[in-house]
Amino acid sequence: MKGELRLRIKTFVMILVMVLCANAGDLMLKRGMTKIGAVPLSLAGLRQAFFLTVTSATIWIAILFLVGFTASYMMLMSWADYSYVMPAGAFGYALLTFLAVVFLHETVSPRRWIGVVLICVGVLVVGLTKPRTTEVISRAAA
Amino acid sequence: MIRSALGFTLFILCSTGGEIIITHAMKIIGEPARLRPREVLEFLGRALRNPWFWTGLPLLAASFYLLLLLLSWEPISLVIPASALNPYVFGTLAAKYFLGEQISPGRWAGVALVCAGVALVALS
Repeated sequence: MKGELRLRIKTFVMILVMVLCANAGDLMLKRGMTKIGAVPLSLAGLRQAFFLTVTSATIWIAILFLVGFTASYMMLMSWADYSYVMPAGAFGYALLTFLAVVFLHETVSPRRWIGVVLICVGVLVVGLTKPRTTEVISRAAA
Repeated sequence: MIRSALGFTLFILCSTGGEIIITHAMKIIGEPARLRPREVLEFLGRALRNPWFWTGLPLLAASFYLLLLLLSWEPISLVIPASALNPYVFGTLAAKYFLGEQISPGRWAGVALVCAGVALVALS
């Protein structure tokens, strides 16, 4: 019982880290790609887009956040179910909406609020299931 | 439109395939003993020596570049939520059939609620 509670807390904290890194990374990526502009689908266009993305500081900051996302995602996958972590991580949408209302004073449509409520209830329902249903190798005793 | 649809189909294949293969690799590697820097670095080191990891990574890299292309073609309010539905719909099925995860009725219900919620957020 104590072990399961520890597993749930560990999984919750790591999902929070993963969601924060993913949201920050996505926002920085969009900012970087907006600066670069629409990428034409030709060899020269792709080559130029590649050069512009690898020399953009904004894209590199986004990549750093996405590295944090990847590391937390990899650790989560080592002990929890994919089908548990992915829906539970959807509360990032709710978090983004609350942050937009509180800090950016954005107006949120009723449809979006209903979506956020559904996501929160869905995350809660998934959160009540067992975080892992497959065999996991633990290095604790190694 | 066709360009975006093709890009999105490729994104789904690369993203779901990459994530399921990486999850398989992480299950083989095993969880870190503690969440301390040394143990986490050792864990990441073991991941870098796993062939399954190097099978999934190119697929995720391809999906990342496809996401960049989609972001440059379509608004973020369409691309991010649409791409986010991918792990819930295809990912859950792939986790059941390829990873052997037990998807209880409760988890299916939660996944369905999350899907409906993400779709509504995407449409708002």
